[in-house]
Amino acid sequence: MPDSQTIGSQAIAVHDETHNPALLHHFATEEQQRDASSLGMWIFLSTEVMFFGGLFCAYLIYRLKYFGEFAAASQTLNWQLGTTNTAVLICSSLTVVLAVYAAQHAKRAMLLGSLVLTIILGFAFLGIKAVEYAEKFEKHHVPGPSFQFENVKVPTAPGQPERFANPSHAQIYFALYFVMTGLHALHMIIGIGIFLWLLTIAWKGRLTPEYNTPMEIGGLYWHFVDIVWIYLFPLLYLIDLRK
Amino acid sequence: MSEHSSSPLKTYVVIWIALLFGTALTVIAAHINLGPFNAAVALTIATAKALLVVLFFMHLKGASEKLLKLVVISTVFFLLILLALSMADYGTRLWS
Repeated sequence: MPDSQTIGSQAIAVHDETHNPALLHHFATEEQQRDASSLGMWIFLSTEVMFFGGLFCAYLIYRLKYFGEFAAASQTLNWQLGTTNTAVLICSSLTVVLAVYAAQHAKRAMLLGSLVLTIILGFAFLGIKAVEYAEKFEKHHVPGPSFQFENVKVPTAPGQPERFANPSHAQIYFALYFVMTGLHALHMIIGIGIFLWLLTIAWKGRLTPEYNTPMEIGGLYWHFVDIVWIYLFPLLYLIDLRK
Repeated sequence: MSEHSSSPLKTYVVIWIALLFGTALTVIAAHINLGPFNAAVALTIATAKALLVVLFFMHLKGASEKLLKLVVISTVFFLLILLALSMADYGTRLWS
């Protein structure tokens, strides 16, 4: 731990010479400024984990309570589209990490290309999600007055009596599906907005090896949204596929 | 960040392939009826994938700042408190 005098003299030393204009006056060094920014982002992401964590908790509790209905409702989802979207997001995470690398190594073409690819993949994800949502509207699987889930058999273990799913219990599954995927999609929309902004500042040449904190922080956000989907995909689409 | 020695690009591509492989694995596992273990297998694969993203794509592995690791560990800790205590309650209730 450097004593306060060292920090003070460092700050004076830095501010005496001509330095990166992106370095704010209350930071001693560029490293300190970057560490502060990424610490702030990680703390924000931890609040996001708790935010989505509450929804995951609600999902687990209701799945425990209405196990059969959740399995029946989950089986109506299109797992092929879900898998495609997972692959799209994983590819976008690769392009994001390439963009961060390009910004750190002053590779302009690679930076702009990776940012554009990330934005395209983000829109591809939302497009596929829109197709899935449209299907829910057609099948009347959207919670509300027009919700229909009649005469759907609940998957049961062999030997157990067959029964039909209770529509109001299945509706809870679809409510959680729309809230969880909807909030995730909202995060994707915000992420695309952030990346469009990053693209403009990268175009103006404001992301350099000395200062690329916005790219790094934006990348952290995008990867977090990817991680949320990594958990949403198996929980909503997969775990009750064979029951 | 500057001490990323042996080409990080190669690492990124390897992690990307591992993530796609994990996705394929979890889809295949979902098509086999493992009873109650379907959820366990899916969540294990998801956690492995999330770890790869956090460690390599979010650069937690090479982070110079130890405070970041503390933030991540405490996040996981509090998330587990949320899930474990809630499930300990609801999981042991007699549903009518």
